[in-house]
Formats: sequence, C-alpha cells, structure tokens
Amino acid sequence: MREIEVSTIRDIVIKLSQEANFNLPDDVLQALKRARSTEESPRAQKVLDLIVRNSEIAQEKQIALCQDTGTTVLFLEIGQDVHLVGGDLKEALTEGVKLGYKEGFLRNSIVSQPFSARINTGDNTPPIVHTEIVQGDQLKLTILPKGGGCENMSRLAILRPGEGKHGIIDFALRTIEESGGNPCPPLIVGIGVGGTAEHVMHLAKKSLLRKVGDHNPDPEVADLESELLERVNASGIGPQAWGGRSTALAVNIETYPTHITSLPVGVNLQCHSARLKSAII
Amino acid sequence: MKNVTTPLSDEAIAELKTGDEVLLTGVIYTARDAAHRRIVEGIARGESPPLDLCGQIIYYVGPTPPRPGAVIGSAGPTTAYRMDPFTNQMLDLGIKAAIGKGGRSKEVRDSFVSHKAVYFGAIGGSGALLSGSITKVDIVAYEDLGPEAIRRLEVEDFPVIVVNDIYGNDLLEQGKAEWKIEITPPTNV
Repeated sequence: MREIEVSTIRDIVIKLSQEANFNLPDDVLQALKRARSTEESPRAQKVLDLIVRNSEIAQEKQIALCQDTGTTVLFLEIGQDVHLVGGDLKEALTEGVKLGYKEGFLRNSIVSQPFSARINTGDNTPPIVHTEIVQGDQLKLTILPKGGGCENMSRLAILRPGEGKHGIIDFALRTIEESGGNPCPPLIVGIGVGGTAEHVMHLAKKSLLRKVGDHNPDPEVADLESELLERVNASGIGPQAWGGRSTALAVNIETYPTHITSLPVGVNLQCHSARLKSAII
Repeated sequence: MKNVTTPLSDEAIAELKTGDEVLLTGVIYTARDAAHRRIVEGIARGESPPLDLCGQIIYYVGPTPPRPGAVIGSAGPTTAYRMDPFTNQMLDLGIKAAIGKGGRSKEVRDSFVSHKAVYFGAIGGSGALLSGSITKVDIVAYEDLGPEAIRRLEVEDFPVIVVNDIYGNDLLEQGKAEWKIEITPPTNV
C-alpha cells in the first residue's frame, strides 16, 4: 500500500491546467505540420500556418492557445495499491482547477443552473472527473481542457446491429458534415462503439487521450480508423470549413462488447487545439 | 488582402466578396450568448440596448483575462450559430457585420443579405495570435457577465475573411464544392 497526499494531486492539477492550455502537445503540432505539407488548398495552407504560429505565440507568451480554456475534464487512473490521504479527493481536484485557472489567467467558462440563471461559477469549477481503478501503486492524472465548440457537436446513436460498419461510417460522417466549422477543424475524431449508451460516449471521449497517429491495437478497428480518416478528408470541409483536404488529423475508435440487440456509436470531436497533459505520481 | 477601417461604409461592404481576406482597423464590440440574450430580452421589455449598435461590428468572443501589462488575453472567435436566434434583431438594430467561426443558418444568411451586412470568419482556436491585433479594451456593458460582458475593442489589422457577402455567397458551401472528392460508398464487406 502506497500513500499519496491529495494535496500533491491538487498541486499537479494547478500545474497541468496551465501547461495544457499554453502548450500544444508535440504530436498534435507535428500532425498539423504534416497536414500543412500535404494540403492543396492555398487558403487552408494559410490557416494551418496561422494555427502553428498561434501555438508558438501561446508558448512564448504563456497565454492560452484558445480563449475557450474549456470544461476541465480530469481522468484519474488510480492503482489499487494506492491509499489517498490528507483530505477529500474531489475537493483537492476542484481546488487545483480553481487555483490553476486563476494563476494562469485562464477563462472561467462554467455556469451553474444550466437551464435558467446560468451564473458563472467564477473559477471554472467544478471539473468533470473520471476515475478508474487499475493495477499497481501509481496514480496517473490526465487533464483535457475541452472547448465548447467541439463538445457541442457530440452525438450518440444506437444503431441496429445489422447496420454494421457501414452504419458507423455514415453516422460519423454525417456528424462531421453537420458540424461544419463549429468544432474547429482540423479535428481529432473520437468514436466509441459498443457497450451501453453512457459507456459509448465515455469511450469516445477516452479515445481522445491517444497520441495522434496511434491506432487501436485491433487490426480490424485500426482499418476502420484509416478508412474513416480517408473519407473525412475527402469531404472537402477543410480547416475552419473554408475548404480543403485537412478536415481531420486522426480518427480514434475504442470498442467494447455490447448487447445482442444493440450497436451503440458515440462521437466526440476534438478541435485542432487538442490540449492534453498527463502526469504520473 | 483588403484593408478596411471601421465603421464599415455601404460602399466598403459592397466591395467585399466571399473569400476576400480583410484586415480590420478601428473599433469593434464584443457580444456573445449571454449579452445577445440580454439585449433581445431588454428590447422585448421596451428597453434600449446598452449601446448604439447602428453601423457597428459585433465580434463573438469571450476573452481570457489579460496578464499584467497586457490589454487582453487570448481572444479568438466563438461558434456563431448560437447567435443565430438573435441575429435578425441585431441586424434590425443596425449592425453591419459580425465576426465568428462556423456557418450560419440559411435564414440568417438571407437576413445578412437583406440588411446589406456581412459575416466575417476569424480562425477559431487562434486566440493567442488574434490578441496581438487588439490594442485597447474597455468594458462598456454587462460587466457582471465576466468573459461575456460587452467590450469595446480597438483593433489594428485584425485578420478576417468574408464568409457571407451581401450577394448571397457562402464560403463554407464554396469551399466544400471546390475540395470534395467523390469516393466509393462504404460497404459492410
């Protein structure tokens, strides 16, 4: 049994919330540069150049890559031999977000009473927290600041099993077509397949934790990722939906066994400002 | 590249065509979801908007707070379709342009045309870059809304592109038509 102080976790959230919002992950930056090198539309080339330039300015000035510093989504993989001590975990995570967003001059984008008064909570809390118990005595914390523009384009469909791969492709493409420029393409397309209604959306979000270019280890799923990426990039939507070849940088699919009656598909799009940062304690 | 100063004259607007890259210099006002809702609800109660919108450009943005010494933080466009339900009324109040990201509904595009106003796109997710074109910021209304307050921005060479011009053209439709590739439909085998 290994003890971890929740204050240690709070301090890491303070640090990661800022680092994630100022620095584009290297795999995303490299993917944008690759897209730039193969892009044929002059307008799209210019947009991609400016997106890369934006990441340089954000890093240099330590200001947010995007003014939408997101809903703070936290993923915790907690080893089963870890004992969390020194206070309440949820409070420590909330405190970490509050202090990190304040210190980093990040935007407070969360409102309470969502269907009525919509009052800004003033500190970007509460975060969305996903915990998973895994083997070992370590704790992995990942922060995914998720912008509203792309999150609002999320979709869930419960297909009939007979619709199969074709149905998944149609649904994903329709979601991306209908989203147009709203989610800020070039995108990372997160897709969940299988499980139940709530689990498939979780899988779609979780697929966004992958590095750009990493495929699902199952060759059949990896093939579907490649086929979908080709089809998305044939759509002509392009960066900002102003036309071009670079509509998505990656398609990530996670699957789970499902019920005999069911073929759930969840789509969670990530914008080109695909901010993500992890730490292992 | 066209250099345009605010306020936009009818002659300048007539010159703008979908796909034109424009550098804006002058004054623009920020307003997004909550400010739009408040303006429109105020009008329904018979109140006047908190500022004269006639001839103005509205930028859909909620910036991050400025670091000490800076005038503004990151300040890129937010998704425009959320303002669609309010846009016709804003155009009736006399706005001549809006700046955002993403497309507009057919109804709103038609409304831009009939009001002889344009919709500009700025690059979503480039707020750090765009903040460099903003030289002065003053909150002018709804300060309690925080990032959603209405701000008066002075901008210099602020880069935008004409998405919807007064002739009914749409950059999103044009872009897709030009760059779409037809490939074999998917199958289950």
